[in-house]
Amino acid sequence: MNEKHSQPRRAVDFDRLNRAWYIDKAVQLLVFIGGISAVIFIIGIFVFITKEGLGFVIGDFSFSEFFFSQNWRPTSEKQTTYGILALIAGTASVTGLAMLIAIPFSLGTAIYIAEFATGKTREYLKITVELLAAIPSVVWGFIGLTMMNPLIIDLFDVPVGLSVLNAGIILGLMAAPIMTSIAEDALKAVPDRYREAAEALGATRWQVIFKVVLPAAKNGLLGAVLLGVGRGFGETMAVLMATGHSINIPGSIFDSVRALTATIAAELGETAVGSQHYQALFTIGISLFVITFIINLIADLIIRDVSKG
Amino acid sequence: MLKPNTLILTSALLATAFLLVACGGQDRQVIQNKGSDTLVNVAQAWAEAYQKIDPKTVVAVSGGGSGTGIAALINGTVDIANSSRAMKDKEVKLAKDRGHDPIRHVVGYDALAVYLHPNNPLDEISIPQLAEIYGDGGSYSKWTDLGVEVPGCKNQEIVVISRQNNSGTYAYFRKVILGVDDFRLGTRDLHGSKDVAELVEKTPCAIGYSGLAYVTDHLKVACVAQQTGGECTSPTVTTASNGSYPIARPLFMYTSGEPEGYVGEYLSWIKSNEGQCIIVNKGYAPASEVSC
Repeated sequence: MNEKHSQPRRAVDFDRLNRAWYIDKAVQLLVFIGGISAVIFIIGIFVFITKEGLGFVIGDFSFSEFFFSQNWRPTSEKQTTYGILALIAGTASVTGLAMLIAIPFSLGTAIYIAEFATGKTREYLKITVELLAAIPSVVWGFIGLTMMNPLIIDLFDVPVGLSVLNAGIILGLMAAPIMTSIAEDALKAVPDRYREAAEALGATRWQVIFKVVLPAAKNGLLGAVLLGVGRGFGETMAVLMATGHSINIPGSIFDSVRALTATIAAELGETAVGSQHYQALFTIGISLFVITFIINLIADLIIRDVSKG
Repeated sequence: MLKPNTLILTSALLATAFLLVACGGQDRQVIQNKGSDTLVNVAQAWAEAYQKIDPKTVVAVSGGGSGTGIAALINGTVDIANSSRAMKDKEVKLAKDRGHDPIRHVVGYDALAVYLHPNNPLDEISIPQLAEIYGDGGSYSKWTDLGVEVPGCKNQEIVVISRQNNSGTYAYFRKVILGVDDFRLGTRDLHGSKDVAELVEKTPCAIGYSGLAYVTDHLKVACVAQQTGGECTSPTVTTASNGSYPIARPLFMYTSGEPEGYVGEYLSWIKSNEGQCIIVNKGYAPASEVSC
């Protein structure tokens, strides 16, 4: 087609260019709005929870009571107290145990998928791992309450099976898929020439993975773990059902505990809007927001460091 | 070939659905009914049964807890609020400030049963004993403190099961057992009566409480005495409504002002023999003498 050289076509060309230009600008604007919307939502959410919780923070808030007392009695007739120490201990212990369970599982799976599995096996494995992430958390919670509870009572001969152990196992299984995916990506990002160089020097398969690939992917793997920790801190429904929801600083993995998120979920629905209890729950929300933000930020910085070099 | 057919069929279906909704909506009144989880099953049964009596009135029932229902009444978004506790003075004042005058209707009674695992040899328990188990600073932490040994229960440790701290059931149990005192820390605070029943069924060491209506065949229900060593009463529909069972409470429906029109008709039907038979069938005690 020789459109370029024919005179009458020029105007159309110009027109077309013009329309394309508008479309281009419009799409640009749309993409820009899409791009900053996440930022706007995050800021909006932060402003909202801060606004709701602020009355408590600047009013009757006592820093030492809130963070260092385990007396969470928001509906007491005698004296209401708001101490979240036991809740922090609950969330931390469950997340900690979940990571102890999830790290070996997800790293093992990631190493197998990235380094050993080939063809169909690899595809099936990846799909199965992703399927694990598709189970809703309330189903996990139900499994914890109805199946794991009697099982733990029988196996370990303990009075009750709703405990750090129960919730830790469930949360570990829930966090493993995302950790596996990220860890696998980190392993894939290690250049093949590293492996080839190691093999050329006579290293065995295990030596290649343990001495060369894992150290090279170190940051990415750490990022995967931190994302798993973030997931653990934020999980609500499953821990509400599987921990026993009991205000208690755990002395062993068989003790019942209560998580920060679960407390908000269980109590917010029936508190009067604007009351002290309501504001205290939002203050827990602010604390959680800050904690997960810091964890995700660290994870992000570490992963970013990987891609740089 | 298939596409246009599917399109026509879909639009025809949509049009029919729309027509049905549009026609039905003309002379239909909707009663919004919300609140107590204890009452939600009964409220649902009432709504269904009432549909047959007055097809023009639709009752939309939802749960969420007594507090949620009362809050909705204060905000003016429901016609009837279900509650397993009386409204607090603060709430009544708040409602009046917003131009609502809450009127209380007793629609039945609920006995809070003390649940035990079927293996538990304990048959009766007294209010002071429950206080020692549930209260802050209470001295009972093992079943042997009550003079029994529960088979299958490790260390004889009492696993104390309670409810989340804003449920009406929690507040009522605390008032009867502990007065103004607090529950001990470290109780397992479950979300919903069914979860309590579920956990006690599967945990030999457990003790829990919830409405009589949630008792299952796999649970043992304790006979409750006012004083240790005194005569005990088992929770039944009869003992709940005649007041002899110590942990029974009235169940309320609140309306804004005296109910009129179709809301009034619905409430008087609930209080009638027919309405009260439904609450009896659901395992609660009736507000007045009935013959079913």
